[in-house]
Formats: sequence, structure tokens, C-alpha cells
Amino acid sequence: MLLEQLVNGITLGSIYAIVALGFTLVFGVLGIINMAHGEIFMVGAYVGVMTTGVLGWPLWLGFIAAILVTAFLGYLLESLTLRPLRGKKGVSHLAPLISTIGVSIFLENMTHHLFGAGNKPFRTPFAQLSIEIGSVTIYVVQIIIFVISILLMMGLSIWLSKTKAGKALRATAENLETASILGVDTKRTIIMTVVIASAMGGIAGVLVGMAFNSVSPQMGLAIGLKGLAIIILGGMGNVKGAMVGGLILGLAETFLVAYGDSGYRDAIAFIMIIIILLLKPQGIFGSKAAQEGR
Amino acid sequence: MLKVSNIETFYGQIQALKGISLNVEEGKIVTLLGANGAGKSTTMKTIVGLLKPKKGSVDFLGENVTGLRPDQLLRKGVALVPEGRAILSSMSVIENLDMGAYHRKDKNIERDIEEVMERFPILKERQSQLAGTLSGGQQQMLAIARALLSKPKLLLLDEPSMGLAPLIVADIFKIIREIKDAGTTVLLVEQNAKQALKIADYGYVMETGKIIIEGKASNLLEDPRIVEAYLGRKSTSTSA
Repeated sequence: MLLEQLVNGITLGSIYAIVALGFTLVFGVLGIINMAHGEIFMVGAYVGVMTTGVLGWPLWLGFIAAILVTAFLGYLLESLTLRPLRGKKGVSHLAPLISTIGVSIFLENMTHHLFGAGNKPFRTPFAQLSIEIGSVTIYVVQIIIFVISILLMMGLSIWLSKTKAGKALRATAENLETASILGVDTKRTIIMTVVIASAMGGIAGVLVGMAFNSVSPQMGLAIGLKGLAIIILGGMGNVKGAMVGGLILGLAETFLVAYGDSGYRDAIAFIMIIIILLLKPQGIFGSKAAQEGR
Repeated sequence: MLKVSNIETFYGQIQALKGISLNVEEGKIVTLLGANGAGKSTTMKTIVGLLKPKKGSVDFLGENVTGLRPDQLLRKGVALVPEGRAILSSMSVIENLDMGAYHRKDKNIERDIEEVMERFPILKERQSQLAGTLSGGQQQMLAIARALLSKPKLLLLDEPSMGLAPLIVADIFKIIREIKDAGTTVLLVEQNAKQALKIADYGYVMETGKIIIEGKASNLLEDPRIVEAYLGRKSTSTSA
């Protein structure tokens, strides 16, 4: 029982971590919360359902379709709703935030309009396949989710620390002006960041669809708020913080449902925010300097 | 090499530069002096494209580069070490150096980084440390080393001696002279007028957005107006 819950918690947590990574990348570079990230995630989930369930494509093709669609959405988000507001005189620093809220409402309603309000089942050919190890049952879906999440997190970490583009992203996140005098085309770096973050959201969407066997137009809001809670918990703009924070939240929710009161499941994220803001407002991995740098 | 003609730069409604013109000849050290708020850093930022002038033009190697972005100017060979050093403090020393060579595509980057670390042994010693943990003087060395890795034709230094101990200041000025001797032209903004004029070939003095005095550095060192305002009467003192 305990081991099974642990597996459930890690599976859920790794998805949360990927959602939170999308938030944290955009926050790091642009200094804003992308409120449309949850809805981009939701679109990714729908693309997964439509391609694999309705069109009967294989799962890997569904993933690629979700990545392409959400990456393109990320590009549109940056070029149509964020860039026009950047560096203009008289534009409030809240304007890009409001702009992303607008995009999130638009995406939710568009999905509602196109696919209807209800839940759509997400069927994978191996939904019921499971492995028994002793008394512990592990579903193949869980293993797939876990493996994809870990690969994605490792890939991102290596990309950020080893490649030229990754270093340019980190330099831009620390200081836009400094990055530009070092020769970084910061405009391109910003576009790239939003596109990558959105594609990660899309992947997470497909994973959630697989984990819960269903998608709905409203799923973006809940996961978006949780993603937000995670980056506050881990430290705004901190990649490691997003990963650890995601796992903590996933485990906390799972254990609360298993051993406590399932009614509080969605509350735990916000209880954690309250505690962390009281004890360590900069987040587990956040530094004071990083906040002052903005 | 660099020709700045009549630039006027504004911060919102406030005019920071009221028609600045200056010339930097190839192979020389030119220094731009003046008190706090005179507009020295604004001039530097306008040259590299961090700020856009309302009027006037910046020409580099005979080409009009007014309004280009900083990354475009870097590719043409103009590197800036900004005021306050602008170290990437959450990245390691070696990653900062890597970023210095960001725009380069040649195969000598590894070798050049190795060479720079030989020249600044403290950077080699601390290469995997976060740059934010370095002392002020070490950060300044890193900032200069990083800018040199971009292989600039013209290096702009904005108050490299600011906030550093006198011994380290002397080091920094020695390095600037070495940079010139290695063939890189330098435009140096300083408050430490005496030290700057000693290594410079030509100097400009700014006051409230205008250039009020210019001339050969050796002449400026003896100009009574400068001795009075910037060098102080105690000619033996070398401190800032």
C-alpha cells in the first residue's frame, strides 16, 4: 500500500514538475507569470486525445503532434501578446500578466466551443496493463509517465548547463542587458524560452491525460494554479526548485488522499504556499539575490 | 575608428546627453572623465546600443552603427565592460568566460579561454566557483577577461576602478595598458582622472551632458582647470 502510493505520488509529482518547469523558465527570462501556461497544457492534452483516440494515431505520434501544436501556441503567445507590450513606455508591468490571462480565457473557451464541455476519455492501448512486484501493482502508464518526465528533466538540465543556447538562456534570465552586451540576441532567446516552456506544457498535458484517463477544458486552471504553487514553493525562476517542488506536491497530495481526507487534495498546494511564505518567502531553492536581480 | 557625432540621449523627458562628439583613433587609449551624473555611462550605453540617441550618429570603422543592438555591435567588434561589472553571478567563472566567446564560431575558443586563465591565474583557480562569490577586484578581472574573449577591436571600459582597493586599481590600469599594447583600442570612462590620464593618449572631460574640455592626455594632466577640479592639489596622492 505504502509503496503503491509512493509510485502514484512520484508519477503525479513528475508531471507537476514538468508543468512547473514551463512556468519557471518563462518567469526566469521574462519576469512574469504566464497565466496561459495551464491552458496551453490543456490544449496539449486535447491534441493527445484527438490524435490517439479519434484519429487512432500511435502514442508517440500523438506526443509529437502535441509538442508541435503547443510550441506553435507558445510562439503566437510571445509574438502576439507579450512582445508588443515589452519595452514600451507607459505599459504597466502587470500588462503582460493580464495579457496571458486573456489568452488563457480564449484557449479555454475555444476548446469548449470545438470539443464540448464534458470530459473526454483518454484511452491508451495499455491503460490496464500492469506489473505486479510482490504485492505492489504498477501500471505501465505510470512507468511511461515517469520515464518521459525524468528524460525531459534530465534533458533540460543538461541543455541548460552544457549548451550554448542553454547558457544564453540562463544569462538572459539573470540579466537581459548583460546578456545582450555579451552578444546574445535576447529577442530570439525569449521566443525560444516561451516556445520550449509551452512544448513542455503540451507534453505534460498528454501525460496527465494518460494518468487520469480523461481531459476537459477546465483542467488547465487547476493545474496552472498548482504549477504556480510549486514555483513559489521551490523558488521563482529556479529549475531545481520546480523539479523538487513538483515531486513534493505530488507526494503530499497522494498521501493526503490515501491516509487523510481526500476533500483536501486540492487545498494542500495552497496550504504549502502559506507555510513556505511564512518560513522562507524566497522558496526552498530561491535566493534573495535572485529576486533583487529583477 | 569610432566617431561619435552630436549625440543627444534622453531618459524619458530628461536630456542626459546634449550633443556629445568624440573620436577614438585606432590603437589608442582615449579616456572620458567627469563627475558623477555627467553622462559618461550614458555615452557608453548609447555607443553600444543599450540606449538609442534621439539625434546624432555613431560610426564605427566608417560604418554608421547608430541604433544597432548591443549584440550586433559586439559582432562588429565593440565590447563593453559596463559599470558595476555585470558579472553573471549565478553562473560559474568558466561559464562567464564561455559567454564572453558566445558569438564566436572559430575553433580557438578553448585555447583562448586557457590563455586568458593563464593571464589571470585567480580565474583559473576559481573556475568552477560561482562568479558571484568572487571579490570585487576578481569580478572586475573576470569582466575584462570575458570582454577580451569576444576579440573586440574596440573595448569600452566603464569605471573599471570603481570601489576597488588602490593596489587592485593599479593592477587594473596595468592590465588596460597591456590590452592596448596587444593591439586593442580602448575607450575608458573614469572618475580616477589622474590614473586614467597617465595611461591615456587623449582625453575628454564631461560635465552635465556636454564635453567641456578635450585634448592630449599629457596636456590635460597639466591643465589648471583639471588639476583644480579633478586631480586635487595634492599631486603626490594617487588614491581615488
